[in-house]
Amino acid sequence: MDTLILSRIQFGANISFHILFPTITIALGWVLFYFRLRFARTGDEVWMDAYRFWVKVFALSFAMGVVSGITMSFQFGTNWPGFMETVGNIAGPLLAYEVLTAFFLEAVFIGIMLFGFSRVPGWLHILATFLVAFGTTMSAFWIIVLNSWMHTPQGFEMIDGVAHATDWWAVIFNPSMPYRFAHMLMASGLTVAFLIAGLSAFRWLLGDRKRDVRRTLKFGAGLAALLIPVQIYLGDLHGLNTLEYQPQKVAAMEGNWETGPNIPLLLFALPDEEARENRFEIGIPNGASIILRHHIDGVVPGLNDFMAEDGTALHPPVATVFWSFRIMVGTGLAMLALSWGAVFLMWRRRHLAPGRGLAPEGLPKLVLWAFVPMAFSGWLATLAGWYTTEIGRQPWLVQGVMTTAEAVADVPAPMVLGTLLTYLAVYAALIIAYIGVLFYLARKAAGGGDIDPAVPSSGEAQVRALTPGE
Amino acid sequence: MFPDFTTPADWLPWVFASLMGFSILIYVVLDGFDLGVGILFPLADDAQKDRMIGSIGPFWDANETWLVLAVGLLLVAFPAAHGLILTTLYLPVFVMLIGLILRGVAFEFRAKAQAHQKARWNTAFFLGSLMTALSQGFMLGLYIMGLEVTAATLAFAAVTAVFLAVGYSFIGATWLISKTEEALQKKSVRWARESLWGVILGMGAVSLATPLVSDRIFGKWFTWPELLWLLPLPLLSGALIVALWVMLRRLPLPGDRKSWAPFVTATTLFALAYIGLAYSFYPYVVPEQLTIYDAAAAPESLFIILIGALVVVPMIFGYTALAYLIFRGKATDLRYD
Repeated sequence: MDTLILSRIQFGANISFHILFPTITIALGWVLFYFRLRFARTGDEVWMDAYRFWVKVFALSFAMGVVSGITMSFQFGTNWPGFMETVGNIAGPLLAYEVLTAFFLEAVFIGIMLFGFSRVPGWLHILATFLVAFGTTMSAFWIIVLNSWMHTPQGFEMIDGVAHATDWWAVIFNPSMPYRFAHMLMASGLTVAFLIAGLSAFRWLLGDRKRDVRRTLKFGAGLAALLIPVQIYLGDLHGLNTLEYQPQKVAAMEGNWETGPNIPLLLFALPDEEARENRFEIGIPNGASIILRHHIDGVVPGLNDFMAEDGTALHPPVATVFWSFRIMVGTGLAMLALSWGAVFLMWRRRHLAPGRGLAPEGLPKLVLWAFVPMAFSGWLATLAGWYTTEIGRQPWLVQGVMTTAEAVADVPAPMVLGTLLTYLAVYAALIIAYIGVLFYLARKAAGGGDIDPAVPSSGEAQVRALTPGE
Repeated sequence: MFPDFTTPADWLPWVFASLMGFSILIYVVLDGFDLGVGILFPLADDAQKDRMIGSIGPFWDANETWLVLAVGLLLVAFPAAHGLILTTLYLPVFVMLIGLILRGVAFEFRAKAQAHQKARWNTAFFLGSLMTALSQGFMLGLYIMGLEVTAATLAFAAVTAVFLAVGYSFIGATWLISKTEEALQKKSVRWARESLWGVILGMGAVSLATPLVSDRIFGKWFTWPELLWLLPLPLLSGALIVALWVMLRRLPLPGDRKSWAPFVTATTLFALAYIGLAYSFYPYVVPEQLTIYDAAAAPESLFIILIGALVVVPMIFGYTALAYLIFRGKATDLRYD
């Protein structure tokens, strides 16, 4: 393997590992802010119990995100110097704004958020929680702006092979940015919803019937049920935007070789780039035309339109994009089925609950167990989605401006391979440790404390919460 | 020394080089002390370890962000230099990144994983801190050697690697003197005393090597009258080292008086050494190869970053100060409630 492919695998591994954690912290920050506000409003200790459990998950995820993010900021230079040399005038300010407006904000206030509860007034703790959530979202905004610009670049001119910004507004609000940003925020929301529902279901299965686990189980499943239709709609809009600006990516997602009308929606196929056809095709007639053009005669772009004169492909590797897309959609449909099914069951059997609203008692064991592996369904869908869009941009690094091959560093391949293997070993160990700790925290929470304590009055709850050393 | 302030292509690179230099200095002092605490980690008992973590827990993340800002400024303001420096330093950067990963996650894991795994994460925290410090020292050495890779420059880099790690332990120990009490504080005074030699030798080695490697720098140091107004740097540094020596014999004082003094003195000392280095290498960002003016990004891009920086950097200082104010005083064990 050469330096290019090894560097791609290395960056892909780093960014795949990294994205797992921001995907959790972006939305979990807002969820914690919500828990914290509810506690401030009601004084009900159940919200603070939920906060205290999930803030641990947040702190751990945040640390994982920070350290893997630092790795990437250096790898721009160590592995991809051509990127900044060519488009640094655009990418630079966007990255600088991310550091200045987001990184410092979250890094400073997370200290106050985590350890300041008994040291600062309540309003400042709430403000710190808000600013951390806001910071993670700002960070997502700037990095998505840059990523979207790489897909749909505009607002610049090339002078002597170097990009110069001509219109910052056009750079920031490039055509795919709003769709990608909304799609990513929603992906984060769903990841967190299923993580909360999954770990809460695990605690419930262990016999934990404390008020906070009841609350978070309903909260997670309900949030998932609420967000998944929105996400499917946003995903469709994003796909239509891609069809307009990166038709070759959509052609690969659909596994469609020849441009034309009445294109089927393929459920299964083995795309063969040598023969330039699919093997073992199973599809719904006219499906792709209907989804993409909203008409059975709609014309869908084909991969054969994206071939250079000399026969090299100007479209992405087909099978990878085709299957990544299907894994994402398939996971999304599983999310839809599970969250709606669970909410329906909890609603139908709501009389089983001691209070009002949904009853987790209504969930059969099978459904509860289904939530446990689905705790990480958001990760799977997010990764598959990013693979679809990023591999779908190949061979370009910045669509139409520079190819990935042009950016790679002149570093010996064995060195890239050696460091890659070390990264992979470290990442694998950390993922195992991370998931292990999440379930350990859940087991510990399920084991300690008494079951269904009497509901404390709000006055007592305030006093309890503000007594340090509890 | 100063650019022409009437043309943006002239003063913008200078301003950004200053900003970047400033970020690196803040990083070296702030992450220096928390990396140092990590290096000292194995020397403490279990209760003291928790207290040491407590002294840096609310700060380490923000401290590390200065590194991101520094490398970010290198990336955005000097894209040509960024690639050249980081591809040359590929392996030490890699070691540093693995180190930063290990220590960053160990903070969280040691507190949250099962009790029997705590020792393992403590080791990861120590090793990560040590790897980070050594690789940064190694990079500093290679940089001083003009990023040339030969047996001699690698040997020099290995020496600076050790000295920087000892230097970080020193500033870490002075931090602990101000943040801890009783037995741990006494221990910290001893650690500081025992690592001061690393600072002296490290500064000495760098001061000797820098002018010898480059005729240009030699010329910059030893010409009249520049020599005259450079003289305060070594004299003041020497005075500060003597002052540290004396106060570390006497501390801790009754009533915890002056426990802050070693850290402040050490910080000033680091700053002086850093100013000396910055003066030597200016206007080069890649020693003897690329000046900040050759490597700079387009003025219009630098300008838009500068506007953001002017608005945001004072705010960053504001809320960083707030965090240090909230967590002032002696460290306690960290807890979420």
